[in-house]
Amino acid sequence: MEKGAEVKPPISDTTIAGWLKKNLFSTKLNSFLTIITLYYLWKTIPPFVKWAFLDSAWFTPPQMCRNIDGACWSVITKNIRFILFGFFPYDQQWRPLVAMLVLFGLLYYSKERHRWNRRLIYYWGVGLTIMAILMKGGIFGLTSVESTKWSGLPLTLLLSVFGLTAAYPLGVILALGRQSKMPAVKVLSIVYIELIRGVPLISLLFMGSIIFPLFLPEGITISKILRAQVAIILFTAAYIAEVVRGGLQAIPKGQYEAAASLGLNYYQTMRLVVLPQALKIVIPPTVSVLISAFKDTSLVVIIALYDVLKTTQTVLSDPHWMGFSREAYIFLAILYFLGCFSMSQTSRKLERELNIER
Amino acid sequence: MIAVSKQSIEIETVREESVPFWLDTKKRAIFFQILVLLIVGVIVWYLASNTIENLHKQKIATGFGFLHKPASFEIGESPIPYSSSDTYAKALFVGALNTLKVSFIGIVVTVILGTFIGIARLSSNWLVSKLAATYIEVMQDIPVLLQLFFWYAIFYENLPPPRHAISPIKGVYLCNRGIIFPRLEYHPAYGYALTMLGITCIGIWLLRKWARKRQEATGKTFPLFRVSLAMVIGFPVAVWIAFGAPIMMDVPKIRGFNFTGGASLSPEFMALLLGLVLYTSAFVAEIVRAGIQSVSKGQWEAALALGLSHAQVLRLVVLPQALRVIVPPLTSQMLNLTKNSSLAVAIGYPDFVSVANTTINQTGQAIEGVALIMLVYLTFSLSTSAFMNWYNKKVKLVER
Repeated sequence: MEKGAEVKPPISDTTIAGWLKKNLFSTKLNSFLTIITLYYLWKTIPPFVKWAFLDSAWFTPPQMCRNIDGACWSVITKNIRFILFGFFPYDQQWRPLVAMLVLFGLLYYSKERHRWNRRLIYYWGVGLTIMAILMKGGIFGLTSVESTKWSGLPLTLLLSVFGLTAAYPLGVILALGRQSKMPAVKVLSIVYIELIRGVPLISLLFMGSIIFPLFLPEGITISKILRAQVAIILFTAAYIAEVVRGGLQAIPKGQYEAAASLGLNYYQTMRLVVLPQALKIVIPPTVSVLISAFKDTSLVVIIALYDVLKTTQTVLSDPHWMGFSREAYIFLAILYFLGCFSMSQTSRKLERELNIER
Repeated sequence: MIAVSKQSIEIETVREESVPFWLDTKKRAIFFQILVLLIVGVIVWYLASNTIENLHKQKIATGFGFLHKPASFEIGESPIPYSSSDTYAKALFVGALNTLKVSFIGIVVTVILGTFIGIARLSSNWLVSKLAATYIEVMQDIPVLLQLFFWYAIFYENLPPPRHAISPIKGVYLCNRGIIFPRLEYHPAYGYALTMLGITCIGIWLLRKWARKRQEATGKTFPLFRVSLAMVIGFPVAVWIAFGAPIMMDVPKIRGFNFTGGASLSPEFMALLLGLVLYTSAFVAEIVRAGIQSVSKGQWEAALALGLSHAQVLRLVVLPQALRVIVPPLTSQMLNLTKNSSLAVAIGYPDFVSVANTTINQTGQAIEGVALIMLVYLTFSLSTSAFMNWYNKKVKLVER
């Protein structure tokens, strides 16, 4: 090329036609795929939009829904308080609402890594106490609410948040046990982890709901929610243990040796040298365990706990609202999707940040 | 030399004397382990003694004697003949077969669909790639139980009754009783064709040995894949044609309020299969994508530079490396699918957990029932991990 000749940027980077050519019609196969895909999207999206938005009813009584072709979102809007809060006393439902807002606020605040310090632990302590008081009541002039009345979304969040916070330390201990040089400790940890990971959560929930009462001496009963919570904790801990083990194995031997040569004992080596590094590596997979735990709480439906899925089904079993399962389940799917998606986005962001640092 | 070793022995003896037993790491380890075992033992003993006492007070018999009693409940669908007068053992066996059935079909479909979506995710076509990405993200983020309920609701609420069944293909009907489709009626020719298929497989195995030997000796290659594909399809079909190419279809017909004839898949089975497949294939797609991306472009270029054909590069260089990354997480997803099939209990498909649950409700043998559930799933997962260990050893990188 002659010196001084103007070099134009490649077409593909600048114009819309160029973009289309590069991304949709680059080869014969791609053109074919694009056309096929567009055809099917054209066949599915407009009817769905028509069903979900154009022909739909949003705030009508159930009889009106029978006469329309579209979706009946009224099943959500008319029953939203029962779906979200279940059997919590109707006039007291602001309490679980505030508790959930506190939780969301805390989660949002904890998203940024530069806020991860001692103060955050205090905030969580205060936040969890406020939530417990709001849910349970009995002091500060709040009427006491039995835990059997806790249902809906607060129950789902309660099971997942407490499930993870209690399972995390247990999982770390199990992971350390599995890496331990003491045969008895190692064997016990391996047996526990493999046993739990080998069986479905539902069998543990059955165990919690049917067998657990037999384990206790006569006269002592534990609420159903707590029994399910214990099952979820025991289950999640085994998965966290495996995730943490991955982090422990990634720590080079030199770190242990350096710690030993400084005269640190086992406890100090782990707390000050190994675990801070190992747990940092495994933050992204830990978040995916959290996401699984959040999704898995829906299984308590099977042992008849009223989480948000069960309250929705209760609404759907009402003769007035029978037959609108699609709409209700799509609403729940969006709810779960928002929860899981925000968590996985956060996890990806953290992963990027941690990769840059290394 | 001797003097030095004597000295070191002396030092050791001196140290052993000077260290008190509570600072000796070995002794401390033993003490700690005994303590842990004691604590675990006490907890187990405490729970067990409470349980025995409670069972005694509530007059619940223990043991597996109930397995030989008649179950006296019907099971909606069963691959083997079963009636309510059969024993609990047989009912549970039917449940296990149903679990295996849905898991096996589910795994096959999931792997195919997941691979397809994983490749679509890597497509250079923007639209296809983004669609695959959306599918993966959405399906992973919705609990599988919710998906099961959704598909089940679609089947029993939104599909028409048999009289107004939708027929996407002639002879196949979609209605609130499930999917009804024509069934091939048995003819001896099929048996002969199957036998031929077996013989062909042995033949191909011998052919492969011969082709490899010849290639090693003379360097001549043999189009093994094409020839064996032709053999696998050709020979059984030839046998079938030799017997007059019989096709006897049992086509379903509407009679009264339901279909007669043909084969059907129940709405419970279909909802379970759909939910499990759509959920798990999103995870499989991610695994396949990661596996394909893990093989660097240089591998392709190097293999092509050696003069291998595209098919050979794929078969001999790329796939073995990608599979090493793909297979371990893939097996764990297959296991997840099998474990998630236990959610069948929520929509009424008679899988093992569902039958065991009914058994528990009828007999009150909760401990035995839950133990059986755990045992069956542990058998699945332990045999899978045994296979995994074998496979990992086989494909492990051989390094210097």
